[in-house]
Amino acid sequence: MSSNIASAVVTVRAPAARPDRARPVRLSRRALILISWIVPFVVFGVWEVLARSGALSAHVLPAPSKVLGTAINLIRDGKLVGDMGISLLRAATGFAIGGSIGFALGTLVGFSRLAEAFLDRTIQMIRAIPFLAILPLVIVWFGVDEGGKIFLVSLGVMFPIYINTVLGIRQVDPKLVELGRVAGLGDWGVVRHIILPGALPSILAGVRYALAISWLALVVAETIATSSGIGFLAMDAREFLRIDVIVLAIIIYAGVGVLSDAVARALERRLLSWHPNYAGAKR
Amino acid sequence: MSAADHIPDAPAVVVSRLRRAYGERVVIDGLDLRINRGEFVALLGESGCGKTTLLRALAGLDAVDSGHIDGPAQPAVVFQEHRLLPWYSLWRNVALGLDDAAGRAAAQAALSEVGLGDRLEDWPRNLSGGQAQRVALARALVREPRLLLLDEPFAALDALTRIRMHELVKQLVATHRPGVLLVTHDVDEAIALAHRALVMRDGVIAREYPVSRAANTNRAHPEAVALRDTLLADLGVTPGETRTARAA
Repeated sequence: MSSNIASAVVTVRAPAARPDRARPVRLSRRALILISWIVPFVVFGVWEVLARSGALSAHVLPAPSKVLGTAINLIRDGKLVGDMGISLLRAATGFAIGGSIGFALGTLVGFSRLAEAFLDRTIQMIRAIPFLAILPLVIVWFGVDEGGKIFLVSLGVMFPIYINTVLGIRQVDPKLVELGRVAGLGDWGVVRHIILPGALPSILAGVRYALAISWLALVVAETIATSSGIGFLAMDAREFLRIDVIVLAIIIYAGVGVLSDAVARALERRLLSWHPNYAGAKR
Repeated sequence: MSAADHIPDAPAVVVSRLRRAYGERVVIDGLDLRINRGEFVALLGESGCGKTTLLRALAGLDAVDSGHIDGPAQPAVVFQEHRLLPWYSLWRNVALGLDDAAGRAAAQAALSEVGLGDRLEDWPRNLSGGQAQRVALARALVREPRLLLLDEPFAALDALTRIRMHELVKQLVATHRPGVLLVTHDVDEAIALAHRALVMRDGVIAREYPVSRAANTNRAHPEAVALRDTLLADLGVTPGETRTARAA
C-alpha cells in the first residue's frame, strides 16, 4: 500500500486525439459498454461451472451461487447491512477528516512558499512511512476502538489530496492569473475564478485516488483489530472456516471500491464538463 | 456614443519621464507619450527594445522605477494569447470581474458586437484562434475602457483571419473610442490600423509618424509605401532586404 501512496500524484491525462476521427472500426458506445461487461460475466460463469463440477473444491472457492445465497441469508439476519453500514461510516468519516486536512494543508502550501518551507518536508517524511508499519502503534494508541480505524483512513486519504491540491494550485497558468488582475479581480476573485477552477482537475484526481486509499486502509484496519464491520465478518468467518462468507466480504470490498470510483468519475464529469478530457457527449 | 466625441483631445493616458531598468540594463529611459481618446497608436520596435515593458507598465502589471503615468487604473488589455478561462462559458469569460446581474447582458452585447452573439454558452475550447481572440476583444471592451492596450494580439493568427480582425478592431475602436496602444512587429499592421506610428529605440519614442486615412485603407497608396520603407529603415531593415521581402 505504501507504494500506492508514493505514486499518489495522479496527473491529468494529456489531451487525446478526438476519438470520433479516423477510427477504422466504428462500434457504438453501447456496444463497447456491452463488451466491457461480457468478460466479468464469463469469469463468473466459468467459476460457477468449475465449482459445481467439483473441479474447484468448496474449501478453496465456493460457487458464486453459494456466495449469493450466503449474502441473502446474512441480509435476512440484518447482520450484513449493519456491518456494511459501520464500514462505510468509518470510511466516510476518515475520508472527511483526512480529506479536509489534506485540502487545507495543500491550499496553504500551494499558495505560500513560506508555508511550503515550514510544512512540506515534514509532510513528505511522514508520507514516506509505509502504511502498515505504523499499524502496531495505532493499535497501542487507540486499541480496537473506532478511533484507530478512522485515524488510519484519514492518514491514507490526506496525502493524495494534499499532493494533488498543491500540484493543482501550482500548475495554474500564471498568464491566466495575470489576466484576472487585468480584469480587475481582487485576491479572492483570482482564487475563486481562476486558481481553484484551474486546480480542480488535479484535486479531483486526488479525490478519486483517495477514495480507493480510504477503502484499502479500512480493509487493513478492520482485518487487524475489530469487533464489527465487513473486515470483522471475514475474520470471524475464518475462525469457522466459512469460506463463502470470506469470499462475500472480498466481493463487497471490491463492489464498494468500484462504486466509489464511479461516484468520483461522475463528479469529474459533472464538475469538469469544460475540460476536453472529461467532456461528455454534450457539445 | 460617448462624451469623448465632443472632446477629441481628452487624454486616455499621459506618460512622462518614465524609466525602467532591469539591473544594469535600462529598458525605458525617460519616455514621454500621450494618447488621446479615440486615437489609435501603433508602437513598433526591434525585439527587446522595451515595447512590451512599456505596455505592461501602462497595464499596471509591472512596476516602474521612476516617472509618471496619468491614466486609468484599470486599462483593458488584449494579449497575444487569448487567455480565456477554459472553465467558463464565453459569456462568463467576457463578464469576468463584472457583477453577475449586469454582467450577462453586457457580455451578450459585447459578444454580439464581435459576431459571436449566438455562442454565449459555448466553451472556449470549441473556438478557432480568430474567434477566441474576438472573445478576448469583447472582454476588453465590455467595460468601455478609456485605454485599450493590445500586445501583438494578431501575431498568432493566419493572414486571412488577421485581415478580418483588423477590420473588426477598427470598427470597434471607432464605436467605443478608447485610446489604443498597439504593440506590434508588423509594419503593415501598424499602417493599416494606426493614426500614429511610433518607433521605440534606446528606451524612448525615437520616431513618430502620422498615418493618413489613405494609407490606412489602401496598402498600395504611395503614402503607405513610403511610410512602410521609412518604418522598415527605422527598424534596421536595409533597402535590399525590403525589396526581397516585398518580392516574396
